[in-house]
Amino acid sequence: MEVITSQYKRCDLIKTSGRVDSSTAPQLEEAFNSIIDAGRHKIVFDMTDVNFMSSKAWWVLIDAQKKCKRYNRGEVTLVKVQENIRESLDLVGMGSYFQMFDDVTAAVGSF
Amino acid sequence: MVFSGCLTSLPQISEFIAKSGERADMGSKAIYQVQLAVDEACTNIIEHGYGGENKGDIDCSVIIGQKDMTIILRDKGKPFKMDKVPQPKLNVPLEELQPRGVGVFLMQQMMDEIKYERTTDAENVLTMIKRKP
Repeated sequence: MEVITSQYKRCDLIKTSGRVDSSTAPQLEEAFNSIIDAGRHKIVFDMTDVNFMSSKAWWVLIDAQKKCKRYNRGEVTLVKVQENIRESLDLVGMGSYFQMFDDVTAAVGSF
Repeated sequence: MVFSGCLTSLPQISEFIAKSGERADMGSKAIYQVQLAVDEACTNIIEHGYGGENKGDIDCSVIIGQKDMTIILRDKGKPFKMDKVPQPKLNVPLEELQPRGVGVFLMQQMMDEIKYERTTDAENVLTMIKRKP
């Protein structure tokens, strides 16, 4: 799994594709942590090409959200969450912890 | 189908479920839900049942019925105490959210029926049924 990160003026963008499961979630975690450890806490996760998210993957996002929202210093937002993924997220009530956007421009612009 | 008990088997297992689900004419939404439940179950088998990767195999079979699809996972790891897994606390403030139990809760939410049995020859048999929508 390839994880691409790009730094914008006001936030950072993470993009990956395919499946994020127990075997690939650590790569996503590393990408989030490298941005957070550098002192940046406004992160957009582009999920346009992500077609599977296991609970391990959600946990990476929840952990990152906890770190970013601490002291009101930032937030993790999600872009283009596919319907199947979103439904599973809503079923466990985790959807409410993230702002979701339909495109990257809107998500980046929200910061 | 027999898969080796390592996390890199997860995409192959998922593909096997997707193909079986298509043959069963389950529809993409139900297929995703079964894939998710099976992924959570197999992760549990590898991480908790076997206590790590490459300690044993996972045997995955699918029975396609007229109205449903049954997935049977067999492994020789430690017994799976499904009833001892705590219910996760959901809808709590973000800071209080904990991962424990979320995988099993997801399995229960995604499937219509889940049965677990420990056989006399020390095998775990997890049977999960998804009805056609």
